Amino acid sequence: MTVLVYFKANLGLSKVATEIVTYAKKIGEQVIVLTNGEADANTLAQYGNYGASKVLWDADTNTTDNQVLSRLIGSIAEQEGAKTIIFTHDNIAKAVAPRLSVKLRAGLVSGAVDLPNSEGLVKVNVFSGKANGFVKVSTENKIITLLPNSIQPEVTSTNCPVEAIKTDSGESAIKVLTTKKPEGEIPLPEAEIVVSGGRGLKGPENWGIVENLAKALGAATACSRPVADIGWRPHHEHVGQTGVAIRPNLYIAAGISGAIQHLAGVNGSKVLVVINTDPEAPFFKAADYGVIGDVFEVLPRLTEAIEKFKASSN
Amino acid sequence: MNILVCISKSPDTTSKIAFTDGNSKFDESGVQYIVNPYDEWYALVRALELKETLGGSVTIITVGGSSDEAVIRKALAIGADEAVRIDADPKDAYYTAIQIAEYAKSANFDLILTGKETINYNGSQVAGMIAEALSLPFVSLATKLDFSGSCFQLEREIVGGIEVVEVSGPVVVSCAKGMAEQRIPNMRGIMAARTKPLQIITAAGIEGQTLFVTYDLPPAKSACKMISPDNMDELVGLLHNEAKVI
Ligand SMILES: Cc1cc2nc3c(=O)[nH]c(=O)nc-3n(C[C@H](O)[C@H](O)[C@H](O)COP(=O)(O)OP(=O)(O)OC[C@H]3O[C@@H](n4cnc5c(N)ncnc54)[C@H](O)[C@@H]3O)c2cc1C
Ligand SMILES: Nc1ncnc2c1ncn2[C@@H]1O[C@H](COP(=O)(O)O)[C@@H](O)[C@H]1O
Repeated sequence: MTVLVYFKANLGLSKVATEIVTYAKKIGEQVIVLTNGEADANTLAQYGNYGASKVLWDADTNTTDNQVLSRLIGSIAEQEGAKTIIFTHDNIAKAVAPRLSVKLRAGLVSGAVDLPNSEGLVKVNVFSGKANGFVKVSTENKIITLLPNSIQPEVTSTNCPVEAIKTDSGESAIKVLTTKKPEGEIPLPEAEIVVSGGRGLKGPENWGIVENLAKALGAATACSRPVADIGWRPHHEHVGQTGVAIRPNLYIAAGISGAIQHLAGVNGSKVLVVINTDPEAPFFKAADYGVIGDVFEVLPRLTEAIEKFKASSN
Repeated sequence: MNILVCISKSPDTTSKIAFTDGNSKFDESGVQYIVNPYDEWYALVRALELKETLGGSVTIITVGGSSDEAVIRKALAIGADEAVRIDADPKDAYYTAIQIAEYAKSANFDLILTGKETINYNGSQVAGMIAEALSLPFVSLATKLDFSGSCFQLEREIVGGIEVVEVSGPVVVSCAKGMAEQRIPNMRGIMAARTKPLQIITAAGIEGQTLFVTYDLPPAKSACKMISPDNMDELVGLLHNEAKVI
């Protein structure tokens, strides 16, 4: 069985891309990677290490428009005879995969967290992470979008060939005027470690202690909703039911009470550490490790301990 | 401007999540339904704001049974002009989207809005499927939506940033936070909603493409391990040796 993996090209080797190639290799014999936009051929060849048998690279189609991309991916899937397509569950896939699902009559499972089980059912989080659902796809063609950090990338093979392709996927009806990108930050959904602050931080001027800890850990920063609503932190950092849902390996919550709507966005994290002055804070019920204490004392101490640990393990 | 807003229901966030029939069905007993927050706070309210400045009408549509009429009336109370209910159990996103697309084909909408996702199944699927079924452009996860001259100006979330785009209608847009502020329905709106038109349509005969076969609940967390605030070295040691996350 041939499985097609799609991701938007990136100049470096992307972790989420290595995850979906590994995933595809575990469910199919032959894995073909399709990517588009600016990239480096040597880097693309490295996806062979994770199981790709070839990479098809359309450098000229440098768009994120879902209508154009669905034409591109749909035609390659048909050409290569791939009945299963895998994406990482990012903002591109959220728009392209549903279109392809209609175009190819391919049942779509979005936000998978595991490989299909022995009955072919795919596990997804439902009810904001409060339960899991097991989905059966009734069509022959299938599309799965995989949540980041759901599978460990595995090196199983060697570099693979990279074929530059030219396609005609038509014009985009959407005109992009500008793109605003925050510089040098780790995108929150991809981060393996996240340090998050709530109203317990008392004000935006105090975020230095959150950022310092994040820096020591190589982590991304996040916040609770009221913190974003009052403008202490940018909106894209807001996690929870109405914000971003994340599932890092480690989530450190500082001065956050742990309301159910906040938990909904973070309870997929592997390990939860909670720092709060109030021993009754609901977050402790969901936590793996808890510290009853003042963030203004605990965060700097934790940062120091991490730095000491990193220095000694180098 | 004629706008179609897709409305779904979702269980109130404090609802107890449980399953019946051998874990194959969501247990609805005692569950309070609300309008899916993204549909209500962002899609519907922005649609009403556009109508208030540009004229036209706002129609809401839902694929669901008669018990969904409570959430429909709520959306009408906030200010939508009329409602359509496609009388069917929304089997999956594909089924839902095709029903909505079939209806939209028969009417002239300049704009079709949905929420970013439903908070029960979190699929983020319906909007893109409607767009494909109607061969329309689709702007996903929009945080800003304006109309001037002859086209729409939008901002949308992309991987690691924001994209500012322009597109002429008709177009499908899924709405995320930032789009508008929540509106609380007033007494007049609630009274008016009772007499606003609600059209009930028979569903088109199509099959879904996916099926939730079973559910389970994540295992209960073992008790939280407490660490003294004076001993952060111990926490670091546990995170490294026991949890193996650093
Ligand atoms: C429909 C709906 C959707 C929502 N969606 C979201 C969402 O997506 N994300 C979200 O986060 N919220 C969401 N909320 C809001 C949510 O219910 C809570 O109000 C919010 O998460 C609380 O934020 P907080 O923990 O930062 O603040 P608070 O509840 O005020 O908690 C602050 C915490 O800090 C502790 N603290 C104070 N000082 C210190 C100190 N010096 N050191 C250590 N700890 C200290 C306090 O003990 C307290 O526990 C939603 C609400 C609704 C109704
Ligand atoms: N049964 C339904 N009826 C009408 N609109 C729906 C229905 N289900 C989902 N939608 C719309 O599609 C959006 C995305 O839903 P989903 O793809 O399920 O995450 C929602 O925010 C709604 O706007």
